[in-house]
Amino acid sequence: MSEATKSANQPEGGSKVAALVRRELGRLTAVASLVVIFTFFTIMRPVFASWQNVSGGILMSTTVIGLLAIGSTFVIITGGIDLSVGTSMALVAIITGKTVMALDLNVWSGILFGMVVGGLLGAVNGLLITLLKLPPFIATLATMKGAQGLALIVSDLKPILFTTDVKGWDSIAQGNIIPNFPNGVLILLVAAIVGSIILNKTVLGRYTFAIGSNTEATKLSGVKVNHWLVAIYALCGVYVGLAAVVMTSRLGSAQPDLGLGYELEAIAAVIIGGTSLLGGKGTISGTIIGALIMSVLINGLRILELQQEWQYVVVGAVILLAVYGDNVRRRRAGESVN
Amino acid sequence: MASAQLLSLTGISKEFPGVKALQNVRFDLNEGEVHAIVGENGAGKSTLMKIISGIYKKDSGEILYKGKSVSISSPFEAQKLGISIIHQELNLMPHLTVAENIFIGREDRRPGRVFLDNSKLVDGATKLLKELDLNLDPNAIVGELTIAKQQMVEIAKAVSYRGSVIIMDEPTSSLTPAETESLFKIIRTLKASGKGVVYISHRLEELEKITDRISVLRDGEYVQTLKTSETSIPEVISLMVGRKVAQDQRPENRKVSSEVVLRVANISDRHLLKDISFELRKGEILGFAGLMGAGRTELARVIMGADPKNVGEIYLHGKEVKIKGPSDAVAAGIGYLSEDRKRFGLLLGQDITFNVILSSIPRFSNKFGFLKVKSATGIARGAIDQLRVRTPSERQYVKNLSGGNQQKVVIAKWLTRDCDVLIFDEPTRGIDVGAKDEIYRLLTKLAEEGKSIIMISSELPEVLRLSDRIAVMCNGRLTAILDNKDATQTNIMEYATKFSEDLTAVN
Repeated sequence: MSEATKSANQPEGGSKVAALVRRELGRLTAVASLVVIFTFFTIMRPVFASWQNVSGGILMSTTVIGLLAIGSTFVIITGGIDLSVGTSMALVAIITGKTVMALDLNVWSGILFGMVVGGLLGAVNGLLITLLKLPPFIATLATMKGAQGLALIVSDLKPILFTTDVKGWDSIAQGNIIPNFPNGVLILLVAAIVGSIILNKTVLGRYTFAIGSNTEATKLSGVKVNHWLVAIYALCGVYVGLAAVVMTSRLGSAQPDLGLGYELEAIAAVIIGGTSLLGGKGTISGTIIGALIMSVLINGLRILELQQEWQYVVVGAVILLAVYGDNVRRRRAGESVN
Repeated sequence: MASAQLLSLTGISKEFPGVKALQNVRFDLNEGEVHAIVGENGAGKSTLMKIISGIYKKDSGEILYKGKSVSISSPFEAQKLGISIIHQELNLMPHLTVAENIFIGREDRRPGRVFLDNSKLVDGATKLLKELDLNLDPNAIVGELTIAKQQMVEIAKAVSYRGSVIIMDEPTSSLTPAETESLFKIIRTLKASGKGVVYISHRLEELEKITDRISVLRDGEYVQTLKTSETSIPEVISLMVGRKVAQDQRPENRKVSSEVVLRVANISDRHLLKDISFELRKGEILGFAGLMGAGRTELARVIMGADPKNVGEIYLHGKEVKIKGPSDAVAAGIGYLSEDRKRFGLLLGQDITFNVILSSIPRFSNKFGFLKVKSATGIARGAIDQLRVRTPSERQYVKNLSGGNQQKVVIAKWLTRDCDVLIFDEPTRGIDVGAKDEIYRLLTKLAEEGKSIIMISSELPEVLRLSDRIAVMCNGRLTAILDNKDATQTNIMEYATKFSEDLTAVN
């Protein structure tokens, strides 16, 4: 009763284009920032814009974080978080490496195997969260540490070398099905399109948004929220598995201690891309733009020969700026704020 | 007792968008007096208390405190004047001790004002508790105390401000009879020390024991003030209910089939519900009346599988259904429309289409899990037309709709799911007067189309207007099921306040 009733006939204000711009303002701002940063570095050092730097430097270095970030986007839209993606990736890389060697798998089976193992690890996260009713932060913090340890145990602290034994493993990321276009980047592109289709066109995607918008209402509407959460964390894991495959292909080896910290980079990409940590809102394209902004920054600052320590500081500042700017915009639009 | 006047309110009015919550209400309180305010749900008791304690601002009227005109614009100011309120839901910090809770925000500090002086804090609490004759350990962790003891901590906290007026909002709602007695003892102590107590309670039999005067509010208007010694509970009830004959509409003679759709047998939960059984027939509207906290929403949530039941069975069309979670209930054809639409019913940040199909997404997807966007949009557009949702398009975000239109979206969700049984919990809460009629017509139409409806409502005219039969609950028990023709506001109120286990006295 004390509730003020809002008018249904809020002025729509202007044309359809204006409405579309308002709806997409978050993403447009992100794209604009990317263009501005890119232009800035190009003016400072024209070599920055060379295709060689763009494809080999910027895009290739986005692949692994980008794949992890796509998976994380699903989880974050449910209002959850997955801190385990980095170390899980290392664990998947080690397990896949060992298995591919031991069973003499071909490249395709190896890729599939990595994705399945990743999916299973993701499902474990989902089960811990739903069956034990643990907050996602806690559950995935635990699996993050667990996966970190297991990667070291399984590998016996030694990296696993691929190149010589597995024919074509290096071409997964570094080959060129399309001339001058690294396969790793192609994989990221396809993975992003598939992710976007899953998120926007399928039942799974729809429940991802529903759970993040209002878990309680979704449950009371008869949706088996726990089942879907396990599926969503498993899907995130599949992307982690794919990231592991791309990573090993680029390096020619599986490194047991490489992965910690990647989860935060992935989360940063998701947040810069305009996905709300509160859940219910987010896009894959935004996430990819977010990941690109970080790669462009790191690459550009490196070309400008800024010390690595300072690169970190700049990236931190960009995260603050991106999220603060988004909050200001949302507050103006009367939306909820991160 | 000829004593000084502590508080005097005249001409108090307060309006919320679409609702006149208070109109020209008056109230006064003397030293050493316990003055009760009674009225049905929505009569304006809470609003009045919130104005006195500075939570709401009055639109008009005057407040005199100890003879001086005051404006109370914040809870802090009310406290400074000497007015404390103990809310129905306790506002304590469960992890802190009794002493820390009592003096929160006013802790004694050591010289230098950096470190807390804990021994002084405990001494202060000990003295206060002794003064009030409360048997509490100042070092006990509040979360480990019983609700009754926590209530005592709240009272001690209120008294610690050394104010003159203490407002108690439903202080006995979660107390046992023995605990209630000890609360009354404390209230008598406060009285003896000259404090004034404003006492709000649904439990009318308590009023005779503890109050000096009773003021009745109805529909936001002041009705009368009675001396407790010169009145009786039936008189108070008839004043609360009033002569609302003009708006006392009843359903037209509908034919309800004898086919039982839902049968609930001997349901109890661990907290409140005790042995509840009833039947719901095809095409019937079964109203659930009762006071707040009677257990109606709890019952609905148990039927939906949202909360666990302890014992009892649920039968649909004669067959027992095991409901372990809301998904089982929905699969069996039961839909629940919560009183708190925003928390439990809607995805506010999503559009109308999404909300309408939420319960039926598998129906709007192909075997590969892809959504059939066109048919979802079609259903949403159809629902907008059929229920007359006022919106520019089906892509409008639900948070931008008015309360009545949001309610229609929730209804559309369950109609799309094609449920046989619909449980409406306070279907017109937060909805303005014009839209209410529309919701009433919609409910009646759904029943006529063969849906079976449980309608929980705290508004008696609404219950009487729509229900074929009326179930009345009190304190977790079902105290009566009345045919509409036998039901009056007065006898519903009587059943709703039968806190005593001895029901034979009523029948």
